[in-house]
Amino acid sequence: MFRAGDHRRDGLLLGAAVGIFGVTFGVLASASGVSAFKATTMSLLVFTGASQFAAVGIVSSGGEPLSALGTALLLAARNGVYSLTIAETLPRNGLKRLIAAQLVIDETAAMSKAQPVPEVSQEVFWVTGISVFVFWNAGTLLGVFAGQVVGDPLSWGLDAAFPAGFLALLLPHLSDRKKRLAALLGALIAVISIPILPQGLPVLAAALGAVVAAGVGNKKGKERHP
Amino acid sequence: MSWLMIFSLAGGCYFFKLGGLVAADRTRPTPRLDRVLSGLTPAVLAGLIVVQTFDGGGTLNVGVGTVGLLVGGLAARRGAPFGWVLVLAAGVTAALRLL
Repeated sequence: MFRAGDHRRDGLLLGAAVGIFGVTFGVLASASGVSAFKATTMSLLVFTGASQFAAVGIVSSGGEPLSALGTALLLAARNGVYSLTIAETLPRNGLKRLIAAQLVIDETAAMSKAQPVPEVSQEVFWVTGISVFVFWNAGTLLGVFAGQVVGDPLSWGLDAAFPAGFLALLLPHLSDRKKRLAALLGALIAVISIPILPQGLPVLAAALGAVVAAGVGNKKGKERHP
Repeated sequence: MSWLMIFSLAGGCYFFKLGGLVAADRTRPTPRLDRVLSGLTPAVLAGLIVVQTFDGGGTLNVGVGTVGLLVGGLAARRGAPFGWVLVLAAGVTAALRLL
């Protein structure tokens, strides 16, 4: 069993690790020409890492704003699923619930789902959520100013930095068979639709990979779902 | 990056987060919806990688950025920290471009 306090320390450490992502977001945003004020506002209000990277990445490569928004929102949809699954361990009403909602992300969902006791689960949620929020925003701020120093050389290869970052975010998903299939189909749909669809739509079309993969998974592994 | 975009994105992201909490009082996702949603992030990320690497304005093209992506991907695969993956990918691409 866990010793008392271990999960608090884990939550704090996870937040510090996310702070490094925050620094890289700040640097890339700055190198992409997003102002310091806008980048830090994004981290405060959007507070969804992959969506922020996607929005800045698409806009900086000259993409359509609506495509950037659509893609970033598709990447944020999973937070709704996290909310559904951990809702019963979070405060039921009032301001606390509104604040808790903003803190529902990959890290808080994973940490609180790992705790079987509801009270402990909620405590872990708050410790992790507040820690990630503070470090993510402090990291962004630091990165924005670091980006003003290193941003110029970085901008030479910026168009490769974004996809490499998305690849690093994708890799952990690939250990799951169904998610791997969804990724493969998403990539395939994007390749096929680039010459056919107007700019900005291929990445949105890639989302259909998830729909097709869900159908295939249904036929092959019905007994897997309790 | 316009302010309208930032606030729309912030509003949309919060809508999902709070929406899940509110909906949980009434419903749970069906197994099928659950499967679609869990595949959404990998599918969109994969599509994003393809578009940002190979889309040359409506035609498929392979440029120096592809080499940068491969080097960054290899580093990520070997457990390199996120920041190093980005620096390596950008650095290799920038170096090839200067050659």
